[in-house]
Formats: sequence, C-alpha cells, structure tokens
Amino acid sequence: MGERQNAVEMRNVVKRYGDFIAVKRMDLTVPDNSFVTFLGPSGCGKTTTLRMIAGLTDITEGDLVIRDKRVNELPIHKRNLGLVFQNYALFPHKTIFDNIAFGLKYRRVSKADIAQKVKNALDLVQLPNVGDRYPNQLSGGQQQRIALARAIVIQPDVLLLDEPLSALDANLREEMRVELKRIQRELGVATVFVTHDQSEALAMSDKLVVMNNGAIEQEGAPEDVYNNPVSAFVADFLGHSNIIAGALAGDGGEVTPVELHGGQTLLTTAHQVSRVNNQQQVRVVIRAEKIALSDQDNSNADTVAIPGKVKTVDYLGQMARYFVTAAGRDWQVINPIDHRPFGEGADIFMHIAARNCVLLPGHAD
Amino acid sequence: MAADIASAQKRAPWILLSPSLTTIGLLLVIPMMFIVVYSFWLRTATGADQVGFYVDNWQEVLSDVFYRDILFQTLKIALYTTVICAFVGYIPAYFVANTKMRSKTLLLLMLMLPFWISYIIRTMSWINILGTSGALNGLLLWAGIIDSPLNMLYNQTTVVLGLVHYLLPFMILNVYVSLEGIDKNLTEAAESLGCNGFQAFREVTLPLSFPGLAAGSLLCFVLAAGTYITPLILGGPRDAMFANLVYEAIITQLNWPLGSALSLVLLAFLGGLVVIYTRYLGVDQIAKSFR
Repeated sequence: MGERQNAVEMRNVVKRYGDFIAVKRMDLTVPDNSFVTFLGPSGCGKTTTLRMIAGLTDITEGDLVIRDKRVNELPIHKRNLGLVFQNYALFPHKTIFDNIAFGLKYRRVSKADIAQKVKNALDLVQLPNVGDRYPNQLSGGQQQRIALARAIVIQPDVLLLDEPLSALDANLREEMRVELKRIQRELGVATVFVTHDQSEALAMSDKLVVMNNGAIEQEGAPEDVYNNPVSAFVADFLGHSNIIAGALAGDGGEVTPVELHGGQTLLTTAHQVSRVNNQQQVRVVIRAEKIALSDQDNSNADTVAIPGKVKTVDYLGQMARYFVTAAGRDWQVINPIDHRPFGEGADIFMHIAARNCVLLPGHAD
Repeated sequence: MAADIASAQKRAPWILLSPSLTTIGLLLVIPMMFIVVYSFWLRTATGADQVGFYVDNWQEVLSDVFYRDILFQTLKIALYTTVICAFVGYIPAYFVANTKMRSKTLLLLMLMLPFWISYIIRTMSWINILGTSGALNGLLLWAGIIDSPLNMLYNQTTVVLGLVHYLLPFMILNVYVSLEGIDKNLTEAAESLGCNGFQAFREVTLPLSFPGLAAGSLLCFVLAAGTYITPLILGGPRDAMFANLVYEAIITQLNWPLGSALSLVLLAFLGGLVVIYTRYLGVDQIAKSFR
C-alpha cells in the first residue's frame, strides 16, 4: 500500500473564458478513497472544475495531476475516469447490458470477463435483472443506478459525479444518497461530487469544498466547515445564520464579551478571539439552531439571555423556525418544538452560549 | 345515460377529425378517384375520350417493357440521388448542429435560401455552369487543360446532379433536426468510457441520427422519383424518368386516360415503398425527426 497518495491534485489551476475568469487559482487535493464534494451556488465554478478534471474543458493555467501524472493535455478517453451526469446520459439505443459493457469493450476486456463484470456491477447497484432492457424502460432512480454502474465497472481512478441526484424526487434522492455512499465505501474509489444541495454535501463528504465566484471559500471536514465558517458566505450558504457586526470588548479571556453594533453584548470564547487574531472589529455568526428560546431567563456565566418577541413562526413539523425581534433587530431561530411552538407575539428570551458565537474578521461591508 | 356518454365519447374523435378528413377528402381522395376513373376511359383515333370501362390503357402500361425499363431507370436515379444526398448532406447538418457560432439561425436560413428561387431557374443554372460555353468549360479552356469544350450536359449524371442540388436541403434539415436532439452528454459519456471522437460518433451520434437520415432519405427518394422537370432540363433524350411519361401523355398528347394509368402506376410503386419503409423502420422512428 505504501503512503496515502492523492488521486487528484490541482495546482494553481485557472480557467478563463476571454476576460471572464471561471476558476481562479485553484489548489486542491482529492485524497485516495475519499469523497470530496464541491458545494456552491450556480455559476460558482464547481462544474467547470469537475469538467476540467474530466478533460471536457481545457485548463488555461496550472497543473492537473491524476495519480501522480500531469494530465492537462491528456484527452478524456485516455484518463480512465468514471463520469456520472445529472441527466444519466445512458445510451438510449443500447440495452442496459451494452451500456455498462461499453467502457469494458474499449478496454479490450474479453467477452466472458465483460459478462462477469457487468453482472457484478448490476449486483452492486442492486438491479440484477435489467440487463436486457432499454434505458427508457427504467425509472429515473434505476437509470441513475445504471449510470453509476457504467461509470464504476471500468474501475476508474476517480469517480466524477455532476449533480447526480438533483433530477430525482426528494425521497428517492435520500435513498440514493445512502446507496451512493455505500457503493463508494465498498469500492474505495476517490470521488468528486458536485452539488448545490447542502444537506447532500454535509451528509456524504469526507471533505467539503465550498466554492463561490470561481474560488474556494473554505475546505475541510463537513463538521468543521459547518461549525467554524471562515466567511460570511459560508456561514450563510450552509444552514441559516445570524451575522451581526460588533466589536470585541474584552482581553481574550476564557469568556470574552462582544458588543454588537446597536448595544447588545454577547459572549464568545478565547478560541474564537484567536481565530480573528484579536482584531477589534468583528462579525458574529450565530447559527439559527444554536439559539435556545425559552419563556424565562436562564442566563448564566457563559450564556446571555436577550428578551424578545416572536414576530412570525414557520411550523416545520418537529422543528419551528421563528423570526424574533430582539435588541433592535430581527433574528432567525430554529428550535425543536417542545409540546407546542411559541405563538406569534409571544414574549421570549433568546439564550446564546459563548461557544456558539463564531467570530469572523470585520469588514467595511 | 351511460350509453349516451359512451356513444358521445365514440363520436368525439370523428368530430374532431372531421375538418382534416374533409380537407383530405376534397383535395386528395376525390381528385384521385377522377384519375382512377379516367384511367379506364379510352382515347379514340379522333382524339376524343370514349367514356366507359376499358382496360386497354392498363394492358399497355403493364405489358410494354418500355414502361418497365423507364420505371427501373427512375428508381435507379432516385436511389443514386438519395445515397449522394445522405453522404453529402450529413456533413453540413453535423456542422450546423454542433457549431458554437452564434449565427446558427442564420446558417439554417441560408439552407432555406435556395427555396426562394424557382426550382426551374436553379436547375437551369447548371446549363450556365456545365454547358459547352459554360463557366466550367471556360475555366478549363482558359487554364489550357482542354482544347475544345467538353459535353458535360444532358446525361444521367447531370440529372442526378440537378436532383441532388434540388433535394439536399431536405436531407440536411432532417438530419440536422435529429442531430440537434441528441444529448451532448451522450458523446461526452462515451468519450469518458474510452472512445475517441470518431468512435463516439460511430457508437452514439450516427445511430441516434438514423431516424433523421431515414426520414430525409424517404423524402429525397420520393421527390426524386416523382420529378420530371430535372430530366427535362438536364437530361438527354434517353434519360426520361417515369413522370416525364405522364407529362408527355397528358400535356403533349392530351391523352388523359393513358397519363392517368401511368401516374397511378408510379403512385402505387412509391406508396408501396413508403409502406414497406415505415413497416421496417417504424412510423414513429420517422416521426421522431420531425418533433
């Protein structure tokens, strides 16, 4: 086995279309066996990046290395990649068997081996008996499984998935999500997954890469990115956050006060203060689900309670989303419902613990 | 009550179809009946038509090998034309479908442009190009390649050439429509699985454009087999096609009964061909390229 190597490395990769820069100086590694997700809004460059790895789009500058080989100029058909498209892209005029066998045929695998490998692939995606059918005889979810089987049967160096789940309906999507992750684990194939769906990204990734405007905003384990966003964009894009400008009002002790613009004081931790290098001007990020509502004041040494009033309530079943007016501004709060949600106009206290006040450097904007 | 609704439901399609059925009936079926009736009349030596039920025309048309040979010659010319159109037309269709130029609509408009000029004028233009004092002979003489003008006109080749010129846009448009409908991801998927560009074309693009090719071919063949203007202008005396016989009979000899029988023979052949064609390729396959 030796040391753990990288399946894909991008070094200073740039993609330009005329004056427009689609991808700006991208440095990224996809470790062996890992599941890496590009997450971002449409137009953030995530699909362009995937297409560059695939060889469907030229690289303007920089190096793309797959399995320790620079492949910038290597055409797509020599790269040994598995590619799955959003719309499945199964060959409509070929049977399921021939669809899956396609890549093997071009790798000069013997007929007997092809039959065996196709069978194994169909078993892996749990559709053992559809080999004789045509793609239009299968449901969307089944077609996506076949597209996956076609991509993995060639034992690709990297599996590239371009929003493979977004054409499926919600229930099927969750089922396929689990399925996809199971298959990826079973095969141990390095996978790059492109999505704009944050729950997919959080649930599936070993490494999450949040992209915006053609650049990486943040990368890391999903939990790290979620809990410690490095920018307002990431805080806002993943989940619901309250982002408020303020100033540090303490010396960076274990619990440090932060004064929000507008008067209210919150508490934060020494770790957060060090994250902003003791800068005075900061922005405080508080996730909507990290604010606890209660009808009484339960403040203590590291939790601040702010009195407020419920403006509107979104009932979500086991949760409720509240818009609360407190300390002269609107807050978003998502709380589990205890017995019944607070009604509109209810007087409540918002409790914010010091460890839930994430700090970002302050900006003029 | 229920029976009323059921019978109303049975009637509804016929009511909805009635305008088109009336149109087809008035403009197609009834005139065709006249032709069928004419074909059993007889033209007498005086030049008048004898009304009645005579099989003389049919006997002549079906027994004389002259008509059979011309029919085969017609089908041969139509076949050559179709095959050439398929090969020559595929390339521009592929180009227009895959071009990244913004002016795709303009390119398509340019394909339609020839239709704005009369088909007869377009056909006659070949005389100015290939005639003994035409452009091509002029060029060859000027370049010193030949000493005296070549006779390039008035043979079967020029008939095929004229027909290809006339029918190419039909082929290009049909193939274009089916190429345009092919998901670009399919070729990318094929390439990701190990095909080079040509192999991806052979495995994916070509088979998926087949419905358009089939529809274009049928259209070209039927139109080519039914033409009389091209052989009249660009063909020699021996290059008559079947429709020329109809033209001769009806326009020149004013022999409507014979002309009617001849045109019904051509109709039966081409109609039979369409039936066989759709039978083996499937009507929906052809309809697909028009979607």
